[in-house]
Amino acid sequence: MAALDDSQVKDGVDQQTVEAVRDVSTYKHGWNTDIEMEYAPLGLNEDIVKLISEKNEEPEWMTDWRLAAYRRWLEKKEPDWAMVDYPEINFQEQYYYARPKSMEVKPKSLDEVDPKLLETYEKLGIPLKEQMILAGVEGAEDAPAEGRKVAVDAVFDSVSVGTTFQAELKKAGVIFCSISEAIKEHPELVKKYLGSVVPVSDNFYATLNSAVFSDGSFVYIPPGVRCPMELSTYFRINAENTGQFERTLIIADKGSYVSYLEGCTAPQRDEAQLHAAVVEIIAEEDAEVKYSTVQNWYPGDENGKGGIYNFVTKRADCRGDRSKVMWTQVETGSSVTWKYPSCILRGDDSQGEFYSIAITNNMQQADTGTKMIHLGKNTKSRIVSKGISAGRAQNTYRGLVSMHPKAKNSRNYTQCDSLLIGDKCGAHTVPYIEVKNNSSRVEHEATTSKVDDEQLFYCRARGMDEEEAVALVVNGFCRDVLQALPMEFAMEAQQLVAISLEGSVG
Amino acid sequence: MALPDVKQNATQARLAAMEMPQSGVWAKAAREDAVSRLISMGLPHRRDEYWKFTRPDTLVQPEGPQAALYDTSDEPEMFGAVDRLKIVFVDGVFDAEQSDDLALEGVTIDRLSEAGRADIHWAKDLYGLLEQRGQTPVARPLATLNTAMAGDGLLIHVTGKAPKPLHLIYQHRATTSDAMLHHVIKLEKDAELTLLESGPVAARFNTVLETEIADGATLHHVRKQGRHHECHVATHVFARLGEESSFKSFTLTANGVMTRNEMVIELTGDDAIAHVAGAAMGDGDFHQDDTVFITHDAERCESRQVFKKVLRNGATGVFQGKILVEPGAQKTDGYQISQALLLDGDSQFLAKPELEIYADDVACSHGSTSGAIDEDALFYLRARGVPHGLATDLLTIAFLAEAVDEVEDEILRADILDRLEGWLARRRG
Repeated sequence: MAALDDSQVKDGVDQQTVEAVRDVSTYKHGWNTDIEMEYAPLGLNEDIVKLISEKNEEPEWMTDWRLAAYRRWLEKKEPDWAMVDYPEINFQEQYYYARPKSMEVKPKSLDEVDPKLLETYEKLGIPLKEQMILAGVEGAEDAPAEGRKVAVDAVFDSVSVGTTFQAELKKAGVIFCSISEAIKEHPELVKKYLGSVVPVSDNFYATLNSAVFSDGSFVYIPPGVRCPMELSTYFRINAENTGQFERTLIIADKGSYVSYLEGCTAPQRDEAQLHAAVVEIIAEEDAEVKYSTVQNWYPGDENGKGGIYNFVTKRADCRGDRSKVMWTQVETGSSVTWKYPSCILRGDDSQGEFYSIAITNNMQQADTGTKMIHLGKNTKSRIVSKGISAGRAQNTYRGLVSMHPKAKNSRNYTQCDSLLIGDKCGAHTVPYIEVKNNSSRVEHEATTSKVDDEQLFYCRARGMDEEEAVALVVNGFCRDVLQALPMEFAMEAQQLVAISLEGSVG
Repeated sequence: MALPDVKQNATQARLAAMEMPQSGVWAKAAREDAVSRLISMGLPHRRDEYWKFTRPDTLVQPEGPQAALYDTSDEPEMFGAVDRLKIVFVDGVFDAEQSDDLALEGVTIDRLSEAGRADIHWAKDLYGLLEQRGQTPVARPLATLNTAMAGDGLLIHVTGKAPKPLHLIYQHRATTSDAMLHHVIKLEKDAELTLLESGPVAARFNTVLETEIADGATLHHVRKQGRHHECHVATHVFARLGEESSFKSFTLTANGVMTRNEMVIELTGDDAIAHVAGAAMGDGDFHQDDTVFITHDAERCESRQVFKKVLRNGATGVFQGKILVEPGAQKTDGYQISQALLLDGDSQFLAKPELEIYADDVACSHGSTSGAIDEDALFYLRARGVPHGLATDLLTIAFLAEAVDEVEDEILRADILDRLEGWLARRRG
């Protein structure tokens, strides 16, 4: 971070303090694991698609599904409407499949997994042991001692390394495994639901994902079951020039409940890397799904070198009456983000919520938001988006609220606020509002401002340094969203908010 | 990027059906330039981002649609209570008989079709220029078409404080009229003008108003559109504001199957002020679209957008507004509100209120709401003996009043409120 260069540190500042600040202000997860990998040949063609399918030991219907997607992808054009700018991606210069050599024969249990892989996750603070994980992943020493359980599916480049607590979840009837496993073990569910929310040809990146997705998580919660623990997937991109294309499918059957967490990191590299995921959620009658993301992919350096291109399609279908889906996201990483977690409110009385904090610093660009499509009667949606822009970053909220003629008595409330730190960055709001009946109410509010001088002065007068004061004000600005996060993420997110803005002051 | 075939063909077909006016030697270069710009950008298509809510077909096609005439002779003359200089166009053609003498202290008025005998004219530096500047980042091809083909228009040069308003009256007499007018207004330093526009124009009407408002100058603009329901109208205002200048514009739209009002305002001098407002009401196949872009490119400028729409029986209201704050435009104060009152279940409101901000010390906000009449307020009035129809009208007027209040002149404001009440009364029968 520029503000922490040696040359700029004032005399008399304790060297240890400088070191400590420098330590936290750099991307913490930028290291890579030196492990022997097996790659598919470079580039993309039908043979690569077939190879991925073969590696995952998929049935023929799945291979055909992928090939159909690949053919559709060839006809599609990369979208250019987002307010992001990046060099053209050469899709033939990517590896579409990379797995650790040691995963060639799938380990039967976590004990058989290569210790190097386990170490990787340990280092990321995600131990793949079936142990109690303390609430508040880091920095929560004061958390109650009994802790909570979180089941983790760990995805390393193209493959799932392992899933914890499977046995205990099975007792409750919950299926939580990698999608490759689900294709083999539960083909009837996968066949029924895969692509039913995000159709194969939905958009350029979703179509690409449909063709080449290598792994991801699969969740099925049977009717009436409240999932006994939080489920979590941790994505790690490790290999160079490798795209990660994961696919997540969550099915919450009638009257069920699940809270799902997603985290992601990648090593620091000079070359930009591609990540194009698809998440599909199906909520049947009375079901409730909470999906929380802390996205912390490598953002590139301060000059915009390297970083992850995060082109993600996330959509929930509230099919059943009274179903509810809540998206919460904290977006701090990636050099380019293109992501719109959406809800199709099909069932009567269904509800969709979207809480987002998007922080961009240095040369990062984020174009993110949501779509709330009201089809059923008495449907409700709520959007709270907080965008923070610093450095030379561009941050855009883009959203759609659509009230169809049949969505009588529906409600939407949208609030999107932007905060600018410094005069070289940009913050933009692009909402689309389509109201086609009069019994529904739609309200949209947006503001853009800078960090309030009076608030800063108040903090400074009480002895905080400027960065601390900004972090506190920003945390206050984000409070609505931070409160919607599960405990596990709230602490981490608060720290991320502070770290992402280090060096943006002055 | 090469233009898609549909666009290319539509543009060629439209141009082939028209002939460039030969008048205005000094405007020839601008007109020819506009033709070549138009060929490269193409006429609007419904797949264009800023036409997704409004189908441009009738505005684009070579043959203009027909529009029946309405008898509005029993209505009092618009702005009749104000002492003003009247200039009348019938189906886009200047009518000297009905117009006043084009002489006003501190103002010179020429007609585009007559100002062309020499290659010199003050408007040469502006004609088509502000229109061209307004083409980025979003193309406005109908305005370019107008620059190329406009048959007439007024060139108004204001050097002092105009003693009374100019009133442009548009009359619609032929069911097949297809007109284009292009006005240029230049306000010198500290000059002042009030411009009034009213009338049902022509069966198809495309207008451009380019205005340069110099330092300290003020332009008030109040217009009323509609009444001849079947007319298809596209209007464009391109304004460039200097230091401490002010531009205030209000538009009342009543009826009309197709009205697209585009405004492109550039605040280029520090401390300039731009307020634009609109009240629209319509029913049935009414379609009204306000597309407003305000660019802040100087410090401490203030902009305000207030748009209200009352819609019923399947009417459609569209609002696309943007506040763009360029780097360095610090201390900007930008405000934008768009609201729709849907009086029944078939009407729709489509909105895209945007902010694009590249400066940090700014306060910008926008709001957009849509909904039915407030049941509690309605109940309150009914409980006090107000009949349902009247109570609805009262609440409707109260809803529109916030936009009408943007008109500063009391007489003009009262006139507009009268029209609103008249419109509602006619609907109530």
